[in-house]
Amino acid sequence: MIESLLEPFTYNYMTNAILVSALVGGTCAFLSSYLILKGWALMGDALAHSIVPGVALAYILGLPYVIGAFFAGALAASSIMFVKKITRLKEDTILGLVFTTFFAFGLLLVSIKPTAIDLQAIILGNILAVSDSDIVQLVFICTTCLILLILKWRDFMAIFFDENHARTIALPVGRLKILFFALLSAATVSALQTVGACLVIAMVITPGATAYLLTERFHKMIILSVFIGTTTSALGAYLSYFLNTNPGGLIVTLQTFIFIVIFFLAPKHGVFAQRRIMRKQSNNSALPYGDNITSLPVDNQSIFSTNTGEQK
Amino acid sequence: MTDGLITMKNVSVTYPGGNVALQDVNLTLHKGTICGLVGINGAGKSTLFKAILGFETPSNGEIRIAGNTVKKALKRNIVAYVPQTEDIDWDFPILVEDVVMTGRYGHMGVLRLAKTKDKMAVNEALERVDMLSYRKRQIGELSGGQKKRVFVARALAQSAQIMLLDEPFTGIDIKTEESLITLFRDLSANGTLVFVSTHNLGSVPRFCDEVALLNRTILAHGPVETTYSQNNLIKTFGGKLRHHQLFGHVLHDDADTRGVTVLTDCERPLVLYGEQGGQKIVRMPEQDTSHESESPPTPQEDKEEKPTEGGF
Repeated sequence: MIESLLEPFTYNYMTNAILVSALVGGTCAFLSSYLILKGWALMGDALAHSIVPGVALAYILGLPYVIGAFFAGALAASSIMFVKKITRLKEDTILGLVFTTFFAFGLLLVSIKPTAIDLQAIILGNILAVSDSDIVQLVFICTTCLILLILKWRDFMAIFFDENHARTIALPVGRLKILFFALLSAATVSALQTVGACLVIAMVITPGATAYLLTERFHKMIILSVFIGTTTSALGAYLSYFLNTNPGGLIVTLQTFIFIVIFFLAPKHGVFAQRRIMRKQSNNSALPYGDNITSLPVDNQSIFSTNTGEQK
Repeated sequence: MTDGLITMKNVSVTYPGGNVALQDVNLTLHKGTICGLVGINGAGKSTLFKAILGFETPSNGEIRIAGNTVKKALKRNIVAYVPQTEDIDWDFPILVEDVVMTGRYGHMGVLRLAKTKDKMAVNEALERVDMLSYRKRQIGELSGGQKKRVFVARALAQSAQIMLLDEPFTGIDIKTEESLITLFRDLSANGTLVFVSTHNLGSVPRFCDEVALLNRTILAHGPVETTYSQNNLIKTFGGKLRHHQLFGHVLHDDADTRGVTVLTDCERPLVLYGEQGGQKIVRMPEQDTSHESESPPTPQEDKEEKPTEGGF
């Protein structure tokens, strides 16, 4: 029994796949904590689709795919900013416009030179088929991202929470934002390999969204999110050996499963907890937020005097 | 003469599209004063603050802060800023003490690791705004006045020489208003320059030493007693205010020709009394409370009582 459970680890490619998936999952999850707070969730999706032509071109020219991905990502991001500056179009329209254009161009490239690139590897990803040199790249990208994030997470938090204040305390807001997008593109490139362009978005949203339901402190949210991202990715890759499935699909399914469980069971923001609070509230209608408020030293006087005070 | 803490010389700010927000602003503010910045919405109050904070670069003129350029002054933590709290994401997973701690970032190393002195500064700042017992609360759980106090604490923790506050009295309870005013007095007594923008006319004489009247340019600047006059206000607000005047012949049957002038934009009114409609500012806090204890008026009643209404 135990022997068959350990069987995947006897294959070098499986061990690699599990470890690399965990690393990529953790990096994406770290970034997801930020993305979901700013309404930038779709940015990850846009980037993932936009880098496809870059990756395809890099394969055709025999360059490391990271370089192609980086240039395509930067080009996409700057075209988004450019179009936004010139026109009055809404951001989601521009995102949709730009990333589909890039993606379509990528598909075109792939179909022109079909032998050079495995289309499925880009769209669906397959960590089990990643070459050794790619693994080195992935590990390098993800560890660099993680180190920079660990060094700068407080600065990023300050910017995401209150950008103007971050400027008044002389944080280099512009440069840090560029760094954040560079990290996001890098993480997206690596996730492309593990889960494919279509599912990258899940990797940079779901773990953060799940952690958000569980905590009210940002560093705890990051820790939980990274934990969820790492374990689901490793487990997904591991289970794909037995189920003989695409690891990307399995990883995202696992993440969604955890989200659903937390969605119902989260101690404060979950469905059941909310119901409990509502029930308590109707039992004790004098207190507007259930048991939450009893520990709160509300200054009744100030609430009472707000109106009378303001009109003077 | 000692140089001002803030010196603005011929400062103009033009927005893209040719909209001139500030023109030829000359203003010198000294340490240890509380200065009110008064003007209608759109007069350029926010732009003036943005220029001091370096968010807007003047198209013309020069701003010096304690002898430094704006950029350097921010690097040295000379300026603290309390924003209007409307554009804050209150669902952000961050606790009160974490928000205040971001005010210390400028004093910390690159990793923003809190030392004992930072923690002490945070505690002290929370204590001063009477929010220490709320330190472990998520910011969304606070009332309007409490939220404002947290952001004031963040500015206090920065231990800056200049504190800019953008409309600090909107949406807060009277208790917070009183405690903020006491705090401003303490700060200015210790040499801090407190610069407060407000469109709440009546509150200016209650807490400001100086007032600067703004409509694209500084129309008048000086001590409240002399500068905050009916003529200057009419110049500043021209037609945008409610204006009520009651003269002696309406009030009583003697030769006394003095009159009462009430200037308001629907918030706490400014009341002037004397010849030609009044040169003397009537300070009203005591009046307020006695009136309140008899019958707290509703906004509607309040307005109906006014005999005449109309612009200048």
